[in-house]
Amino acid sequence: MIHLRRACSSALLAAPLAGCSGNWQSALDVYGTSAISLKHLIILIVAVCSLVWMLVMVALIAALWRSRDARPVSPEPGRERRLTIAVTGAVVATVLIISTFTIMSFVATRALSVAGQDELTIRVRGLQWWWGLEYIGPDPTSRFETANEIHIPVGRNVRLKLEGLDVIHSFWVPSLAGKQDLVPGRSNELTIRAEHAGIYRGQCAEFCGMQHAHMALLVIAEPQADYDTWAATQRQAAARPTDEETATGLQTFLAKPCAACHTIRGTAAAGTTGPDLTHVGGRRTIAAGLFETTRGSLAAWTADPQTIKPGNNMPMVPLTPDELRAMSAYLASLK
Amino acid sequence: MNRPVAAPDTRDIEIERKRLTDALAETWKTPSGIWGALATVDHKIIGRRYIVTAFVFLGLGGVLAALMRIQLAQPEARLLGPDRYNQIFTMHGANMMFLFAVPVMEAVAVYLVPLMVGTRNIAFPRLNAFSYWIYLAGGTLLWTAFALDMGPDVGWFAYVPLSGPQYGAGKRADIWAQMITFTEISALAVAVELVVTIFKQRTPGMTLDRIPVFVWAMLVTSFLVIMAMPAIVLASTSLILDRLVGTHFFNPAEGGDVLLWQHLFWFFGHPEVYIIFLPAAGMVSTMIEPFARRPAFGYLGLVMALIATGILAFGLWVHHMFVAGLPRLGDSFFTASSMAIAIPAGIQVFCWLATLWDGRLVFKTPLLFIIGFIVTFVIGGLTGVMVASVPFDTQVHDTYFVVAHFHYVLIGGAVFPLLAAIHYWFPKLTGRMLNEALGQWSFWLIFVGFNATFFPMHILGLEGMPRRVYTYQPDLPWHGLNLFISLSAVILIAGFLLFFINAFRSARVGEVARDNPWDAPTLEWATTSPPPSYNFPMIPVVGSLHPLWDDRDSLAVANGLRTDRRELVVTTLAAAEPQAREASPRNSIWPLWAAIATTIMLIWSMFSPWAVVWGSVPVAVALMGWFWPKGTPEDES
Repeated sequence: MIHLRRACSSALLAAPLAGCSGNWQSALDVYGTSAISLKHLIILIVAVCSLVWMLVMVALIAALWRSRDARPVSPEPGRERRLTIAVTGAVVATVLIISTFTIMSFVATRALSVAGQDELTIRVRGLQWWWGLEYIGPDPTSRFETANEIHIPVGRNVRLKLEGLDVIHSFWVPSLAGKQDLVPGRSNELTIRAEHAGIYRGQCAEFCGMQHAHMALLVIAEPQADYDTWAATQRQAAARPTDEETATGLQTFLAKPCAACHTIRGTAAAGTTGPDLTHVGGRRTIAAGLFETTRGSLAAWTADPQTIKPGNNMPMVPLTPDELRAMSAYLASLK
Repeated sequence: MNRPVAAPDTRDIEIERKRLTDALAETWKTPSGIWGALATVDHKIIGRRYIVTAFVFLGLGGVLAALMRIQLAQPEARLLGPDRYNQIFTMHGANMMFLFAVPVMEAVAVYLVPLMVGTRNIAFPRLNAFSYWIYLAGGTLLWTAFALDMGPDVGWFAYVPLSGPQYGAGKRADIWAQMITFTEISALAVAVELVVTIFKQRTPGMTLDRIPVFVWAMLVTSFLVIMAMPAIVLASTSLILDRLVGTHFFNPAEGGDVLLWQHLFWFFGHPEVYIIFLPAAGMVSTMIEPFARRPAFGYLGLVMALIATGILAFGLWVHHMFVAGLPRLGDSFFTASSMAIAIPAGIQVFCWLATLWDGRLVFKTPLLFIIGFIVTFVIGGLTGVMVASVPFDTQVHDTYFVVAHFHYVLIGGAVFPLLAAIHYWFPKLTGRMLNEALGQWSFWLIFVGFNATFFPMHILGLEGMPRRVYTYQPDLPWHGLNLFISLSAVILIAGFLLFFINAFRSARVGEVARDNPWDAPTLEWATTSPPPSYNFPMIPVVGSLHPLWDDRDSLAVANGLRTDRRELVVTTLAAAEPQAREASPRNSIWPLWAAIATTIMLIWSMFSPWAVVWGSVPVAVALMGWFWPKGTPEDES
């Protein structure tokens, strides 16, 4: 099967790719405002806890070492008193450390929840097993839909309105922010802000069924101008077929059950069960982060989605080799 | 079964020892043969069965863990498909929590608590037999379903809507929910038995401040079971109703609430962790004494820490829901309470360290496991403090960091003490010693293998690996650590295999144990190894917390119990002053019939709500048989 190689070549994105220097899905390799402050908190707490553990270990080793001396078995009052003082001291130290952590955590929580002015709002819908995205602008004409790939301008707060449409999912792009669940019947929110341009990977963090493991998404943080160009492209209807092959592809798409589930704006395809494919060829990955988008991967996916991602909701639609070739050419042309 | 009314001279005070033990053996015996085995109500036989069954489930759960580690050793492996993998991780969690960890702690208590408080059988012994059969049926149900490819696949906490009628197809989630019902019933039964045994059957003189710490731990644990289980009864019943008769408790479209499930589940689920950990902590406090050759430091502190943990356990459940979108102020309250539980845990650790510091240590296998427990449990406790912090948790929740954390708490914090306990009490259970050399080998393999397997998972979690994924893509940098973890698991598995081999071998050919091979101070060592059916020829009377140390030469005994019928001493709750002679039920086959009838009703009710109506008829018949007076001497008293 085909594997997505890390989309790290500069050909994919002109901006410097922060995510490429290290892990692009890590709470320790951070490029988002909130993830950066979380990392500081994590390091601090882990450091203090490690110190505590080492002190306990020193005491334990000393106790084991000491036992080589022969001492009387029965406790005597003087030793018991010294032990009481030592244990009490340790308990007091525990209380102090715990209280400090609680206060730190409280302060950090408040910092997370007041994120300042939000400048862009995106509805993120969790579905088995992909992410539906709706960009909400100031007026109805600026709204558009896409899937599995979130573009955001660098250095701006982006508010994500999180909605679980079937089961519970969890939105987690660790390099940018901590996670937040998408719970059916509730609307949760998360504000993210990228400090550096780059591609950040995230994946569903709440077990959501068969293909929980293959429910990834990309967040692409880019300079405002690049973002504006991208958003303008996304608002447009799908590119019209330019040659005979892609025209056949569109016809096949509309004639087969595909259009019942997928939308391609500007055509008759208006299904809403599956991801919006208007600009599918311009997205870096298909099938929620499973493959790099190429004509070949689109053809492989269309031909047999159940072998590639068992249990997903896309049925296998029988196609002749010619139809498959034409349709993959058409889909790949939808930049 | 009818016996002539006893003449007055059959009181134990008037007859010599041989006649006494013969008469007691006749009265308390379990007849040989299959019928006797099925009808027995001897807490020692049932306790041993419980322990062996729980360890069988441990072995099965371990096989599932091994399968998961083979699958995750490389990216996009195809050994297991998503459907099978999801069943396997669900089975692993549900099996380890509900069929191993909780029952095994109760099993050890069923065996030991009556001996440690100096009585002849557990309270409600027939209920005890019933609880074992129900537990066995629940475990068999779950594993049979798994063998038929009908195993639950929704995770061990079965979040709705995934486990609800719309997304959880087939009977898989019902099997999970009904398995919970079986374990609820058996755990509640044992909890009630233990509370009554500890409150009313302590031997004369065992005042509240002379109760061994393990018995205190089981008392607190039993109250946790009694208070926490109703939440899961409510949750699993509501889930079954949603699935079977179309109620909408958890359906937001019809006014239900998805998060209601999580509240109910974790209101049970968090105390559940302490239902597993508190017995283990009690075992450590009790076992540390013979191996440090001194009383455990800070008895009052240890007992108070158990009680404080038990109370705080009910105030933490929301820390499992920190990323579900609850109000932040509420989250902060639960951060504080979750952090606070580190204080009683700390008190216990410091008391154990003080005991070791001041003791003259005997480095036998149980002590090694206790030391391994302190090393690993402190790590698990500290990572617990980390995930108690809301902002910290938003990055590690539902990742391998949490997988590492709870394995440190559950294996380091509960299985290590349990293995210490098996090595320590094996002579009392079987009459033979475990092999010491094999014991030490298995300790080192398990200790090294455990840490090498689970410590790297902390790092994997921080590097972004979510839990419960059946595979991961090769472009993510998790491959090396996952391979390392899978290889380390081989060491861990080897350690457990060695332990099982040692147990099998030693149970047959091990060195024959003396009554008190460790020179321990508590009452279970005041009788033979293994104890006779009546536990003690004469009921010991205690005058201190460490009767076998403080009254080394002669233990006072109470007398006046009849030998021709099953009788126990009932004492007052606080001062343990003798109150009455109480009859203890004889063997009976009816608990087995009642368990079979209950099993039929519960399994049938996964398919039809009418099962609750018609299935209760055989249950009622079985209960009538159970309680029908049989004209035995015990019925008269």
